[in-house]
Amino acid sequence: MKHIKTLASRSLQESLKKGGCGECQTSCQSACKTSCTVGNQTCEKSRK
Amino acid sequence: MVHQYQNNGYQIALDVDSGSVHLVDDLVSAIISELGRDLSLSDEEMVGKLSARFEKEEILEALSEVRSLISARQLFSEDIYKNAVLDFKARKTVVKALCLHIAHDCNLACRYCFAGEGEYHGRRALMSFEVGKKALDFLVRNSGNRKNLEVDFFGGEPLLNFQVVKDLVQYGRALEKGHDKHFRFTITTNGVLLNDEIMDFCNREMDNVVLSLDGRKEVHDRMRPFPNGSGSYDLIVPKFQKFASERKALGLQYYLRGTFTHYNLDFAKDVLSFADLGFDQLSMEPVVAPKEADYAIREEDLPEIFEQYDLLAREMIRREKEGRGFTFFHFMIDLTGGPCVYKRLSGCGSGSEYLAVTPWGDLYPCHQFVGNEAFLLGDVEKGIRRTDLVDSFKACNVYARKECRECFARYFCSGGCAANSYNFHQRLTDVYEIGCELERKRVECAIMLKAALAEEEPEK
Repeated sequence: MKHIKTLASRSLQESLKKGGCGECQTSCQSACKTSCTVGNQTCEKSRK
Repeated sequence: MVHQYQNNGYQIALDVDSGSVHLVDDLVSAIISELGRDLSLSDEEMVGKLSARFEKEEILEALSEVRSLISARQLFSEDIYKNAVLDFKARKTVVKALCLHIAHDCNLACRYCFAGEGEYHGRRALMSFEVGKKALDFLVRNSGNRKNLEVDFFGGEPLLNFQVVKDLVQYGRALEKGHDKHFRFTITTNGVLLNDEIMDFCNREMDNVVLSLDGRKEVHDRMRPFPNGSGSYDLIVPKFQKFASERKALGLQYYLRGTFTHYNLDFAKDVLSFADLGFDQLSMEPVVAPKEADYAIREEDLPEIFEQYDLLAREMIRREKEGRGFTFFHFMIDLTGGPCVYKRLSGCGSGSEYLAVTPWGDLYPCHQFVGNEAFLLGDVEKGIRRTDLVDSFKACNVYARKECRECFARYFCSGGCAANSYNFHQRLTDVYEIGCELERKRVECAIMLKAALAEEEPEK
């Protein structure tokens, strides 16, 4: 494409079909403890 | 919904509901803005709207590129998740993490401590081994089929009760075998009591350690003094440097975690001071404090804080290119992987999957609610009594907050912190506006960082 450079072509819709196992870390067990950040967490399935 | 913004020379279009990110030129940006107002615009209508600024052929060419991304559901995709997420939230949950308040006591007197200098506005107390064992038993008993269980040793200052920490880790390891579980232990410490024995133990047993340091010496010592008023920086920095370098050599995680306040709005200097000391896994949180506190972040502080995040992001790019990069917790973002949409929209898990345990075994929805009797859920021996409260926390998600529906950052913060919502609005499903502003800015910087560093990678 000439006018657009796609940096990430993700489909969160796909994760609707495959996700939801609930094995991931709870949000506050990381470094924050005073906010809520989930976008930077890893999927437990991808750690295997 | 498409969120467009410029940062550090990059023009970025985030397709909010698919998570796709595009770098666009001025023409595409104008087209996306027009389609944001009216997605049904025809080619002729678009040419009519933009022909004063762009050539017709260019407009049609760019519009064709935009339309191909719309067809691929990478622009103007839709939020189709609500029913699935609400069903997900309504499922029977298990407890998967505990925050053990191993010590309601502290050897520092940090001015902003939400725990009231470690006591959580109650009495000073240390958790006994017996209470801790019951907490781990409670976790195993209520964790269903989940294998990985997280336990954070928290305080106050947990090293004031280190023998119990050691005993509980040993007890947990013994429980693992019989129940097909794996404990991931973490500890949060101010470093005052750290010594070689404790570091060795943590390097063997702790998945993560969170080390509290606020930045430059004068900043740290102002907010984190000893009870007698003297500074703690000189005592703890050499210990943290040793600890971090050992963990780095072993490939283990740590976070050097600071808090910034109204008194150090130039906090990028504090983050960079961490990097200059050799630390490379960094976090810096804005203080969350009552409005009347002199050190609280105020709305009028936001422009300066935004500038600091920009400055930090640009400096991170520079250092990364020079081979001396570091990670910053709030700029870590995975644009192609990361958590599934259920996780992204369903909140932090406090009050249902994540609970805090007081030194005497009472259960609260999270560490920030400890001490507020209205949120006492039960205890580790008899379990949860206030299932009504658990249900209230389970109902916390992005769709429960009207402000989130129009926010581009909702897939990154999961609807924000219930404790912050309650503290500022006496409701669990409200938002803490300053926290939202900061989250949005951090997401923008994080995406820009990805764009800048992607340019460095060779073309595939």
